[in-house]
Amino acid sequence: MNLIDENGLRIDGRKLDELRPVKIEVGVLKNADGSAYIEWGKNKIFAAVRGPKECHPKHIAMADRAVLKCRYHMAPFSVPDRKAPQPSRREIELSKVIREALTPALILEEYPRTAIEIYVEVLTSDGGSRAASITAAAAALADAGITMRDLVVAVAAGKAQDHLILDLCDEEDKEGQVDLPVAYMPNLDQVTLLQMDGFMTRDEFEQAFNMAKEACKTVYKIQREAVISKYFGDSMPKNKGA
Amino acid sequence: MSTSYRKALFVDNLRREQILEQYSQGRRADGRGLGDYRELRIQVGTMIKANGSATVDLGDTRVVAGVKVAVGTPFPDTPDEGLLIVGAEVLPIASAYVEPGPPDEDSIELARVVDRGVRESHMVDMHQMVIEEGKKVYSIFVDVTVVNVDGNLLDATSYAVVSALASAKYKKMTLKEDKVVELEEMSSLPIQTIPVSITTSKAGDFLLMDPTTEEEAVQEARLTFAIANGQVCAAQKGGQGGFSPEQVLKALDTALLKSKEIEARIREVVGIAKEGSSP
Repeated sequence: MNLIDENGLRIDGRKLDELRPVKIEVGVLKNADGSAYIEWGKNKIFAAVRGPKECHPKHIAMADRAVLKCRYHMAPFSVPDRKAPQPSRREIELSKVIREALTPALILEEYPRTAIEIYVEVLTSDGGSRAASITAAAAALADAGITMRDLVVAVAAGKAQDHLILDLCDEEDKEGQVDLPVAYMPNLDQVTLLQMDGFMTRDEFEQAFNMAKEACKTVYKIQREAVISKYFGDSMPKNKGA
Repeated sequence: MSTSYRKALFVDNLRREQILEQYSQGRRADGRGLGDYRELRIQVGTMIKANGSATVDLGDTRVVAGVKVAVGTPFPDTPDEGLLIVGAEVLPIASAYVEPGPPDEDSIELARVVDRGVRESHMVDMHQMVIEEGKKVYSIFVDVTVVNVDGNLLDATSYAVVSALASAKYKKMTLKEDKVVELEEMSSLPIQTIPVSITTSKAGDFLLMDPTTEEEAVQEARLTFAIANGQVCAAQKGGQGGFSPEQVLKALDTALLKSKEIEARIREVVGIAKEGSSP
């Protein structure tokens, strides 16, 4: 499959360092304490936050902080072949790395003896679903009013046909050479998720990593506006933060 | 559902501060410097019923990996490739904080990260592991049993899996009238490269290598790179904290450097000399 044409354009017409369109809406689920819906390229993902609430089972409650729980789940119709609804090994790993990507942003010590639950439901998956999930979940956490040090944004970079590319779509993820998802807290300058598969030299890694990090700052603006606009609508304060 | 609650060693704040104070002087409880690994011992062929096996001791961490080569059906989208499946189990004998049951998320992550290093480095040429294209292929199972836990399971497991694969011998098979027939000839797996996993642990503002269980209880985050042919082929961050971008690159540089030494150790043990070629 030819992923990059002779004009340096990608399979969906994007430039090498161009993001897909990202749309975030916050406060979309009535029965959650915080929620967000993200459309990132063809990805369609809901994130819901419930809590701080009573911790079950009780013996896992922690005396000095909240327990953070996270479930990343894909709908059976979210991918070309039906995905069995029970959690796969991939979903179990992603639930863990997403939880660990969000934890550094949360001040869990504010809510001792409670649990905070994050539910991510992928309705349509299109490459970079973990990045979109983290971005949505962080917005949902902010919407739930959980005390946070920063928002968390994630974008993947990668490599296809020996070109470094940003924000891989499905075809690039499957046929390309490298996938490098990065989650980042823009104000604290901290990387909270980093995964990679495929070959890169050290310099390529540094370039791709920086590309993902800078793109996180772009998506951060969209994410931040989505959170603020729920409360301020059109009269929202501008030009704060990164 | 992934939960931040862990049954794990509890290190109190006094001890934690003591450990960080030692780090600030470049020392550790067992006398190592921050960048030092514990003694690494790799033995291959330790389990005679397996096609390949390795026992790795990294300090008091002990991991056994066994390879079984069986016959399988290829995936429809890769009819010309064999199968490789890595599984890991941390046994109740290995740690006071492990209970019997199906693999938990930590074991699944362990297996998947090690699998990623082996797979993405193209360590085994899976195109050669075909009996008849589209019909029958070899499936290589690598199962890891963690016998004793004292930190840095990711690296120890990776060395065990890689050493077991690189030293495995199996009987070639062929299809005769749609039946699989074993041949007498013994073969080694087609090994193309030796991937090496190097994990950097972060505690306070310090980066260190090869943490013990106690040090892992103090660490905020870890970052693992798999290195092959002088390039990165897989990465995974874990833990409740984050890394600064500078720390990420520092961890990568350390991994690129340290991996050479460990690659040489593994090559020596399995008897595969380094070639000038890359995959």
